[in-house]
Amino acid sequence: MIQIPDIANATPIQILFCVLSVITLATAFLTIYSKKPMHNAIYLVICFTSISGHYLLLNAQFLALVNLIVYIGAIMILMLFTIMLMNLNKENEVHKPRITRLGAIVVFCLMCLVLIAMFMNSKPIADGSYDVTGEDYQSIQVLGKLLLNEYMVPFEFASVLLLVAMIGAVLLSKKEKIEK
Amino acid sequence: MDSTFIIEKSVVILVVFGVTMLMAMYSTWAERKVAAYLQDRVGPNRAGWGGLFQPLADGLKLFAKEEFAPNTPNQFLFRVGPGIAMATALMTSAVIPWGDRLHLFGRDILLQATDINVGILYIFGIVSVGVYGIMIGGWASNNKFSLIGAIRAASQMVSYEVAMGLSIVALLMMTGTLSLKEISEQQAGMNWNVFYQPISFLIFLICAFAETNRTPFDLAECETELIGGYHTEYSSMRMGFYLFAEYANMFISSTILAVLFFGGYNYPGMSWVAENWGVNLANIIGIGALFVKLCGFIFFYMWVRWTIPRFRYDQLMHLGWRILIPLSIINIMITGVVILRGEIFAYLGW
Repeated sequence: MIQIPDIANATPIQILFCVLSVITLATAFLTIYSKKPMHNAIYLVICFTSISGHYLLLNAQFLALVNLIVYIGAIMILMLFTIMLMNLNKENEVHKPRITRLGAIVVFCLMCLVLIAMFMNSKPIADGSYDVTGEDYQSIQVLGKLLLNEYMVPFEFASVLLLVAMIGAVLLSKKEKIEK
Repeated sequence: MDSTFIIEKSVVILVVFGVTMLMAMYSTWAERKVAAYLQDRVGPNRAGWGGLFQPLADGLKLFAKEEFAPNTPNQFLFRVGPGIAMATALMTSAVIPWGDRLHLFGRDILLQATDINVGILYIFGIVSVGVYGIMIGGWASNNKFSLIGAIRAASQMVSYEVAMGLSIVALLMMTGTLSLKEISEQQAGMNWNVFYQPISFLIFLICAFAETNRTPFDLAECETELIGGYHTEYSSMRMGFYLFAEYANMFISSTILAVLFFGGYNYPGMSWVAENWGVNLANIIGIGALFVKLCGFIFFYMWVRWTIPRFRYDQLMHLGWRILIPLSIINIMITGVVILRGEIFAYLGW
């Protein structure tokens, strides 16, 4: 059942949520729509920032700040580097083969599947039948204990994945040097 | 939320804002005086006693200058750049505990804008956003020197953020909290973290120099190579904003150094003063102690600037990636072993 919000009696949190949602959706749309690569990147930065704001509304301070540090402080900066250093004009844009477009569509459909599965799984939590009384999820102590006890195995797998990616990145940059 | 709470916090925020601006303003004066002292000159001495009105005169001059904008297709980004730099420089002061608490008008007033339990992460987050001010401004200037300056600044800040974060991890393993208020409280009575984590302090100090783009790491505005770096095309108060943001950053990073490693507002005999002369006086002296410490750091920044020559860019990257990061990882491992020594000895059967 979708509840239609009462605009006249909206709480400040609801107003904030609406404003943030508008910013998130508008900048996400502009990221795809804008023709200039630099502007795309900056819209994406604003989009990530407003997502951090959403996390703050959910009382997830740690998640909000990690999102800020990782996505805005590291990934988008590197993205800007690439855009600044490469000559991304319309003329020297490579023609994308059909298989790439097909791949993109398949990946998009798979992503939708994952998202649907995620929302289905999170439904009991959103309905309020999930018991969170007495748990302080703002506290990073609770989060740390949860990650290293209950979710130990996925956590370690994720760290191994990151390590592999890091070694791969170093290897790629080294290889280029040898070829020169 | 009651209205007194909002008024209290607004007053604290406004005072912190004013003090940051004042300190940044007088840092420019102090920088010129320190430089003059180190080079056996007099320095500014015309406006007011000892040139004390010099920053006001400088500000007035910057406001009166013509605002020149280069021929760039990105006028908006060109204008936004200095604003981002300034805003992020001021935002970090929100989580710093300037003192413990004052008992005024029948209520305890915390001398901190907000005490979130991820305070240090907040600082890192804002610092990493601060890169955008320089990067966007330098790129929108439509000038190759500005672009190179911006890229240098950004890559330097991103590289040194890694070492900075890792150096703090060792400290956090010891304190067990990310809240700056709790870290300050733990250092009561000369239990300053600098005595327990000297390597961590040293790495953090070096990274703070790189993060604020100060000499010996001010390659972003290396005059001999890049004219003025990322603010080559800026004039009037927009350039003033960039320079001002640098001094505000210097002030904030000095404060963070003092809070994390030099006991924050704690000073020897604080509990004695609180018992005999009252809590308010003890905490006012505490604020004074914090300011003495951070002014010491600001002086250190200037001392280094006028003593050590600039690094070469590859030397800077070498220092960051190959020396500071491994050193901080070793520091983390040593800290871990020391914290778990009881368990390790028990396991080995000693």
